[in-house]
Amino acid sequence: MGLLSLAIWTPIFFGVVLLALGRDEHASAVRWIALVGAVLSLLVTVPLYTGFELGTASMQFAEKAVWIERFNIHYHLAVDGISLWLVLLTAFITVIVVIAGWEVITERVNQYMGAFLILSGLMIGVFASMDAMLFYVFFEATLIPMYLIIGIWGGPNKIYAAFKFFLYTLLGSLLMLVALIYLYSQSGGSFDLATWHRLPLGGTAQTLLFFAFFAAFAVKVPMWPVHTWLPDVHVEAPTGGSAVLAAIMLKLGAYGFLRFSLPILPDASREWAWLIITLSLVAVIYVGLVAMVQKDMKKLVAYSSVAHMGFVTLGFFVFSDLGVSGGIVQMIAHGFVSAAMFLGIGVLYDRVHSRNIADYGGVVNTMPKFAAFALLFTMANCGLPGTAGFVGEWMVILAAVKFNFWIGLLAASALIFGAAYSLWMFKRVYLGETGNDHVKALSDIGAREMLVMSLLAIMVLYMGIHPKPFTDVMDASVAELLRHVAVSKLN
Amino acid sequence: MIDNVSWVVAYPEILLLVMACVIALVDLGVTSPLRSLTHWLTLLTLAAVALLTGVYASSGAVNLGFGGMVISDPMGNWLKCFAAIAMMVTLVYGRAYAGARDMLRGGEMFTLSLFALLGMFVMISGHNLLVIYLGLELLTLSSYALVALRRDDGRATEAAMKYFVLGALASGFLLYGMSLVYGATGTLDLGQVVRAIAGGEEALAGSPRVLMLGLVFLMAGLAFKLGVVPFHMWVPDVYHGAPTAITLIIAGAPKLAAFAIVIRLLVQGLLPLVVDWQQMLAVLAVASLLIGNLAAIAQTNIKRMLAFSTIAQMGFMLLGLIAGVAGGEGANMANAYGSVMFYVVSYVLTTLGTFGVILLLSRNGFESEQISDLAGLNQRSPLYAGVMAICMFSLAGIPPLVGFYAKLSVLQALLASPEPVYIGLAVFAVVMSLIGAFYYLRLVKVMYFDAPTQTAAIEAGTDVRTVLSLNGALVLVLGIVPGGLMALCAQAISALII
Repeated sequence: MGLLSLAIWTPIFFGVVLLALGRDEHASAVRWIALVGAVLSLLVTVPLYTGFELGTASMQFAEKAVWIERFNIHYHLAVDGISLWLVLLTAFITVIVVIAGWEVITERVNQYMGAFLILSGLMIGVFASMDAMLFYVFFEATLIPMYLIIGIWGGPNKIYAAFKFFLYTLLGSLLMLVALIYLYSQSGGSFDLATWHRLPLGGTAQTLLFFAFFAAFAVKVPMWPVHTWLPDVHVEAPTGGSAVLAAIMLKLGAYGFLRFSLPILPDASREWAWLIITLSLVAVIYVGLVAMVQKDMKKLVAYSSVAHMGFVTLGFFVFSDLGVSGGIVQMIAHGFVSAAMFLGIGVLYDRVHSRNIADYGGVVNTMPKFAAFALLFTMANCGLPGTAGFVGEWMVILAAVKFNFWIGLLAASALIFGAAYSLWMFKRVYLGETGNDHVKALSDIGAREMLVMSLLAIMVLYMGIHPKPFTDVMDASVAELLRHVAVSKLN
Repeated sequence: MIDNVSWVVAYPEILLLVMACVIALVDLGVTSPLRSLTHWLTLLTLAAVALLTGVYASSGAVNLGFGGMVISDPMGNWLKCFAAIAMMVTLVYGRAYAGARDMLRGGEMFTLSLFALLGMFVMISGHNLLVIYLGLELLTLSSYALVALRRDDGRATEAAMKYFVLGALASGFLLYGMSLVYGATGTLDLGQVVRAIAGGEEALAGSPRVLMLGLVFLMAGLAFKLGVVPFHMWVPDVYHGAPTAITLIIAGAPKLAAFAIVIRLLVQGLLPLVVDWQQMLAVLAVASLLIGNLAAIAQTNIKRMLAFSTIAQMGFMLLGLIAGVAGGEGANMANAYGSVMFYVVSYVLTTLGTFGVILLLSRNGFESEQISDLAGLNQRSPLYAGVMAICMFSLAGIPPLVGFYAKLSVLQALLASPEPVYIGLAVFAVVMSLIGAFYYLRLVKVMYFDAPTQTAAIEAGTDVRTVLSLNGALVLVLGIVPGGLMALCAQAISALII
């Protein structure tokens, strides 16, 4: 069994074991098994990084076997510089989420932990698939555990949120399914991505396919104006669900643009780049403004996610090394930062059971350690140099300026909004006089929460101070991708 | 003159017939309230029949028997094998339910089930219009009696009456269509029918207009039996009214036989008229997808919801039949009809699991019929909730469950020919399955997100527990490795005599 298979199936194996054998009577055993599973899953991804060959765009750690012979579908896994960090990020966040849910979840612990472990394996599968149908199966299968996570452990309006999440994303994916099958028949019966990358396609076909993929990926990212499901879902989802959703699931969509839309449909991508760029700018500016007026902390961070993902898609569609790399770096950075933001809100919510900004004030007085972490993550969220949030945004803005000054200017102005809503929230929640009796009664974070926060803080700082390991890995792959996109497929 | 091959071809049917009579006689001496001896004898018979047909099927042989009136080919034999297994599973799930409702005072449920299965077998192997009709009548007559088995229950009796009246009308349509085809072609043998039509006007005994009229009646009859819009009205009423164990007998295995006669009549018999019947099927498919899915949303009764969901699923299946011939080219036929067969088999498998759980919850004189009766099932029994959830996600077509590959292969067949109409149909089907996902998800929601309204322990025998777990596991496993069943269906279809 190859490394990638291990990375996918280790968490799924542990998840299934927990579902089958776990009982609430021995919840603590369940938690430990889940933690062992998550850590093991993280450990098996480490050799992917250490054994990764830099400077080549070829697909590495490839595994290929026939899966469904009749449709020529292969179990074909591999990673390149674009997907490597996303795989590592997924395994890392899963460990964090398992620890974060340790004492918070007391009912049906085995199902909670099992769902997250299975979800983790499925998401790694999405990033590692080199066969379109395998990709689709993993992509869609992630809906099932997430639906259950939101619906079972979510907030008061969880059912609405779970349905909205499922149906909204399903509609997009189903249109993509039609596109995949169409490409399958056009390519003479192959779901192999590399074959599709070489497949010549006419202009109309490319445009239609582009919008079919757009439907799937834009909803997932989510791009304005199909982002409305995200705030609703984030508000209702349990803390761990929000963290995984923001940190990884949103990346599935952005990753799809890189793996499908750009290389398979280069002409349509260039033709419609203006549309994506416009929508991205709207997300960055307008949604940034929307974030500012939110009264609910989770909603605020959800809108800020939409704005940050706007940078990602903007970077992809300016078609330059800097832009695409910046977009990918931003994806990874946002993975750490958004997870940290949501887990931080979770820390407060577990104590006060409110997400309203107005219910807090002066938390720093009672929770100084926690407030320090929160400050760091808030700074990262508004892109302060030295934190993870800065690197990607800076690269994208540079690329945008090179592409077109005005686009660059608009994108850069968003940093101001980002700073505004993040800092303003920080001020209202953490600073000032102790707001009320609830805040007065708060106890600072314990060892477990400290561990979660520290791990995330280390990553956020490391990535901000020394982003080289991240960008080195992706250079060759991004260059290759752009070379490919520059060549027309029209015949 | 009956040759040896004829007897060999008919062994499964003969075995079934003999055992049905034997079991009816043996049952006279059985006194146990749950009719254990009859039950196990029936299961044994079904297992033997399944084994026999399975052996036939894997040999890959194609034989005509009784002067070309019946055919034994891999498609038919696999369908028979699956139908026998489906009937076994049905009886395992349904026995306790039936026993609690005074339906096992005699052994009729078992004998009638065997006769219904015999009818399906005859339908599946019929290569002659009249043989197919006889098989169909044997199946439906047994089904009417089964629905009416709970004779002091008003609703079941009403359902039986509705089923009988409408079913008889449909049989009339079908028979009339057959007689018109006979009039136009001068033969009842499917092989000769196809040659006569292909030979053009001079090869026909009657006018082509009569033939077309016959086709229309045939289609109406078939649509009735499949339960597709606009001939679907009986489906929700009968599903709802019949005792749940009997609903499963109607909803499970007969779908396999219905698929078989569609292939026999339309593909093996009337292929030269493909352009005409594909158009009719397209209308039926679109209407079924639309009405089935929309009406299912409004249901509060789980059996009615599943009835409308069946209508929608059958509509989806028909899309595969439309895809067989495009632009006068039949290159895609094996692919398309193989996909349809895969669709039907996986549909039956999933339906069995779904009804298995409903039957399990309906014990102790309590009918688990409302969707709300499933509330909080996950807290009462994670295993059964898991099986039900797997089935629901499968019906909704979410990977990695078998229902996804069923939809995938039908869509793939549809998109194999890049005609704009087919792309349009595919997009329509996809949008409809989104609507479908809503009501399947609602069931999952009720089981997982709502608090339980009942606390009674769920009792199940070891046999039910085992079979149900296997059933659920199979829906998942076939979703992870669907290749084998797909290849089997494709081979079965490519061995058809067309």
